[in-house]
Amino acid sequence: MTLVNFNLNGKAVSADVPDNTLLVSFIRETMGLTGTHIGCDTSQCGACIVHIDGVSIKSCSMLAVMAEGANITTIEGISDGDAIHPMQQAFHENHGLQCGFCTPGMVMSAIELVGQNPNPSDSEVREGLEGNICRCTGYHNIVKSVQSAAAVMARK
Amino acid sequence: MYKTTYIKAESIDHASASIGDDGKFLAGGMTLIPTMKQRLASPEILVDLGGCALSGIEDCGATIKIGAMTKHVDVATSPIVQSAIPALASLAGNIGDRQVRNRGTIGGSLANNDPSACYPAAALGMDAIIHTNSRDIEAADFFVGMFETDLEEDEIITAVSFPKPEAAAYVKFPNPASRYAMVGVCVAKTSDGIRVAVTGGGEDGVFRHDELEAALSAEFSPASARNVSIDASEIVSDMHGTADYRAQLVGELTARAVEMC
Repeated sequence: MTLVNFNLNGKAVSADVPDNTLLVSFIRETMGLTGTHIGCDTSQCGACIVHIDGVSIKSCSMLAVMAEGANITTIEGISDGDAIHPMQQAFHENHGLQCGFCTPGMVMSAIELVGQNPNPSDSEVREGLEGNICRCTGYHNIVKSVQSAAAVMARK
Repeated sequence: MYKTTYIKAESIDHASASIGDDGKFLAGGMTLIPTMKQRLASPEILVDLGGCALSGIEDCGATIKIGAMTKHVDVATSPIVQSAIPALASLAGNIGDRQVRNRGTIGGSLANNDPSACYPAAALGMDAIIHTNSRDIEAADFFVGMFETDLEEDEIITAVSFPKPEAAAYVKFPNPASRYAMVGVCVAKTSDGIRVAVTGGGEDGVFRHDELEAALSAEFSPASARNVSIDASEIVSDMHGTADYRAQLVGELTARAVEMC
């Protein structure tokens, strides 16, 4: 067991965790934040993506103890009060999801992508979401959602 | 994942002293953690090198020195690397996916020596020096075999120095799912002559291709590379591609890399 301290969605968290606990398991099972999903569990699908100090990472491929001192943001931490994030709103408006399982990871990945490239082309969105797999949509509406969100985020 | 004891090393010496008989050094964890999850590795001790101040990129004149814990994203976006060795920046920017590049490190990639990894081709092709906590190792001596290097159990890569080539290019044919190289070829014009390093196909991991180097030394052109008959007998077959298919890729990707030089 190791005592870890980090900031999760703006709240200080301090807990004893077994050293072999994955960050995603800690977020879901210990903290009860189940918006972050476990899809493939082999680092392929991206459903478990969260931000660590503003950088997107797959939380199934990191130990909780490695996050000592970090600022972690999950899908639950991106809304502004009751207002959902423009990226979430854009997925809603553009039908960027069907079953929704991959959506939290898609949204977290896309927020980083648009932060680095405020006006991404089709191919830049597809390349930027390389680490996220969706088995429903065929990606077309996801690309549309990300570009639509990028336009909204640029105006803010 | 089996139980393990995590140690965040505060220095190289601390890390080296903590590794014990059955420990593993942890860099970005992009290979080691998935491997532990599959129970293909079960180190009793995991020594995290993240606190050992091993990140950073330095222009040393004739060479670029990259700290072992420097992440792929930082190599890909470094103005120093982009201007002096654009082939290396491009290689780093095409490893895996965004999240792998955000965590994976150059030292971790080299130490793992995956036979399909990209960095070993650049290190061997550009004649890099691998610096460790005890010595400097030439790339040619560093890569010993598949997933095998010259590193001792308690030896830690601290940095890698890449001599600035006159020209260089790295081209890979990525596996569509993993983005690992089905075959990747690094062609470099160095002070030492033309070097061609191939990843993704060798039975012993990354290797230099003598026939291609000889052909390109005689005439540095894509046609010259395409005219070399690639021996498939020393190239691996697996579920992703046969040896013949990969051998064809070696010649073709070399030609494409020559075009980019």
